[in-house]
Amino acid sequence: MEQRVASRAGRGDPAGTGGGSGGVAGTLVKVVALGTIVGLAVMLTPALVGTQQWAFLIVLWGIVAVLAVTYATRRFVPAKYLVPGTLLLVLFVVYPILMTFQLSTTNYGDGTRTTKEVTISRIIGSAAQQVEGARTFELSVGSEGTATSGPYTFLLMDTGTGDIFAGTPDGIRELDPDTITVEDGVITAAEGYTLLDRRQVNELSQQGGELEGFAVPTEDGVITAQGFSAVELSSPLEYDETTDTITNVNTGAKYTPVQSGDRKYFTNADGERLSDQSWGENVGLDNYVRAFTDPRISSDFVGIFAWTLAFAVLSVGTTFVLGLFLATVLNDARVRGQRAYRSILLLPYAIPGFIALLIWSSFFNSEFGLINNMLNLDINWLGNPFWAKVAVLLANLWLGFPYMFLVCTGALQAIPADLKEAASLDGATGWTNFRKITFPLLLVAIAPLLVSSFAFNFNNFNAIFLLTEGGPFSPDNPTAGGTDILISYTYRLAFGGAEQQIGFASAISVVLFVLTGVLAAIQFRATRTLEEVG
Amino acid sequence: MRNSTKRNTVPSLAVIVGLSLFITGCSGGGAAETAEEPTEESSEQPAVRGDEDLIIWADPVRIEYIKEIADTFAQENGITVGVQGIVNTRADFITANSAGNGPDVIAGAHDWIGQLVQNGAVEPLQLTPDDLAGYSLTAVQASTYEDQLYALPYAVESVALYCNTEYAPGTYASIEDVIAASQPAVDAGTLDVPLILQQGELGDAYHMQPLFTSGGGYVFGRDAEGNYDPTDLGLNKPESIAAAQKIASLGETGANTIRRSISGDNYLSLFTEGRAGCMVSGPWALPDVKKALGENYSIQPVPGFAGMQPAQPFMGSQGFMVASNGKNKTFAQEFVTNGVNSEESMTQLFELSNQPPAMVSVREGITDEDVLALATAADQGAPMPAIPAMAEVFAPLGQAWSAIIGGADPTETMNQTHETIAQAIAG
Repeated sequence: MEQRVASRAGRGDPAGTGGGSGGVAGTLVKVVALGTIVGLAVMLTPALVGTQQWAFLIVLWGIVAVLAVTYATRRFVPAKYLVPGTLLLVLFVVYPILMTFQLSTTNYGDGTRTTKEVTISRIIGSAAQQVEGARTFELSVGSEGTATSGPYTFLLMDTGTGDIFAGTPDGIRELDPDTITVEDGVITAAEGYTLLDRRQVNELSQQGGELEGFAVPTEDGVITAQGFSAVELSSPLEYDETTDTITNVNTGAKYTPVQSGDRKYFTNADGERLSDQSWGENVGLDNYVRAFTDPRISSDFVGIFAWTLAFAVLSVGTTFVLGLFLATVLNDARVRGQRAYRSILLLPYAIPGFIALLIWSSFFNSEFGLINNMLNLDINWLGNPFWAKVAVLLANLWLGFPYMFLVCTGALQAIPADLKEAASLDGATGWTNFRKITFPLLLVAIAPLLVSSFAFNFNNFNAIFLLTEGGPFSPDNPTAGGTDILISYTYRLAFGGAEQQIGFASAISVVLFVLTGVLAAIQFRATRTLEEVG
Repeated sequence: MRNSTKRNTVPSLAVIVGLSLFITGCSGGGAAETAEEPTEESSEQPAVRGDEDLIIWADPVRIEYIKEIADTFAQENGITVGVQGIVNTRADFITANSAGNGPDVIAGAHDWIGQLVQNGAVEPLQLTPDDLAGYSLTAVQASTYEDQLYALPYAVESVALYCNTEYAPGTYASIEDVIAASQPAVDAGTLDVPLILQQGELGDAYHMQPLFTSGGGYVFGRDAEGNYDPTDLGLNKPESIAAAQKIASLGETGANTIRRSISGDNYLSLFTEGRAGCMVSGPWALPDVKKALGENYSIQPVPGFAGMQPAQPFMGSQGFMVASNGKNKTFAQEFVTNGVNSEESMTQLFELSNQPPAMVSVREGITDEDVLALATAADQGAPMPAIPAMAEVFAPLGQAWSAIIGGADPTETMNQTHETIAQAIAG
């Protein structure tokens, strides 16, 4: 069926203008555009290969192939219209959703960003300390061949005694000072060695370079470079792969991975952690299980969900009523200076929401705020859970009504005047006219916008976070505040504490995504009946 | 009927799609290009390192003087240096470093270290005791985490007491004296409040810390080497509860000095408009205070309650750290352990930034009394705990202070807060 429609669309385009297949200029544009795309892809390929991003590489060339096949041939005319939109949809909507879901099955976050191997080497490396009476050295690097070939040697001058040594991964030996030239406390030449300049040393020490991890063993530990100095270090920790144990050779303490929450830590028999570093793992659906079973979440969930719904419904309701009222009043031809009024009413829409919300937050200050001072009130707007909710709704009303005013004005002007006239001739009063004619027709146009406005306010993080940060809180429950909606609440759960729990936050996002989707679907179903009226 | 509808729909559908195609990029090629660039970007991090031999990331407000000191190092070593201002320095650094496109050196506050170490993002620095002897002891303690030094400190900061000398001209031994100095002006209606200590509806544990410690309270205990112990949470100890009661006596149901209506949004304007006698704030307030009050202000360490412990604000230390995954680690280590680690560089950094220096000998040449007072205040503080558990403390403890100054029972509130934080730390 789709095929038929598609082919018909193709035939319905005899001049071929849409596909750009007619005329020399069209062909030229097409060739240049496709050439640019292929050129870009070729340009990006080495970088992607270099960083081993195979998935991106495949996707990149997949996109190029699809574009080339679609636009270089004449076979897929309907696809020429559909491909760009579909590509954008996949890249910006489908791909992020899939990525979020994939993340939600891991424990990714603070302390779990690295693999286990990297974590172990970091734990052991950062335990290395200077041994008692450790020596420090001025470091120059010499090569027995050319500067780029090696083998390389650390030429070390003891900063205490001035003795000079040659250190290699095999060990350290003292050098005859007569074979060495020292200038300004730095070795500048040595017989039998080509000295490297600082930039060369830096380059060879980079990842994969020959000096990366270069260590000279000594009796007490190893000498490693630190900039253009060298220090003698020893780490008390050793890792044994077969038993998966890190042992502190000084104290004899043994640390093995022990599960704690969604991750493992190296822990000893007394339950003491060796380090706060853990590593990334797949945890399956654990994050979802936690979202639904964590007592902290479930005890607050019902109240917060109810307020989230109330907030979204009331925000949409109040802004719509006020916006519609103002639009209707200003739509009357008898009003003078319509344009001026409309411009002024749109002002809140022109001020960035971020700034407006912060200003409103200071308006609500109980002692120094504009509202209490001007109206001579003594309301603790942001400290009392009830008034804080009112404050949030008021500020959101101010922010949101211009939008409703705008769309209602547009919709009102689109309603044919003869309908009203006819109703008036039949004896309808202004109110009946509005109720029976104007409003139903208006709703047809506005209802989808109300639904999207609801979905927006359902997740209106800014309005809550910039005004009240979810507060006020009671001391016995610092995780759920008086004005918290689901998104601000979960943001605090995932990012407010000690650790960024990105995996868990992703799981919550997926749940919220499904929830908002279901609510929107129900509402669209409900508004469909309105369209029948039209 | 159905058929004719369809005939109408198909061309109009084509027009709509064609239009959207036109809008998204004028031609097929254009649309595809816009689609492609973001793919590439989304695989990268929001902040991306530059191409120089040594890349330093810092908060944008600090890059000017860091750039100067880095340029000196670059000239001495014959290399190029790039200093990039990153707004969200800590979080962006952790992400970029783990992805392998982060900087070589990061400049930041010492209390980041716990989280950075937890993510394996920074490397310890190996400096001898002789090297560190020149720095203020609290700054070295602050930069040390789990017995390793992670940052080379260059500036210290903590809250201090700013006074408007028109109303509070003296040097005060206790917080009661501070309040008494300008209470008459408050009673007469010329001032709004004798002492500004910002709390707001959500509370502010950072600014309350001097009074909390003066009352005898503590957040985390410290071992002999000065390391904070996350298992020794002290909020429900008798001393901490006594301190909370002392604070409550200054709250809205007591002296009404510390109020929830004074927050981070309005504290500075209240003081600079001359509506308060004194204010507890940090070095960041100095430029505005100087501009508004001219000569009529003084700075001194925050005094404690009369007859109780000295006040110990949270002290912060700014320092340079070496990234674990930086490309040019050799230059990074050289810059941190050698380049900036000298009296000459530290003096230069102070002259450019005017921040209280961490190196003691640099302070000897300073004549600016404000800087010296801020440095003294910082030395009297205790390092802000860098352990990850500290992040579980700030919000609940702040909320407890907000409740207590609002009139909640101090004992009950502190016990509840202790319980909540202990649970959160245990996971």
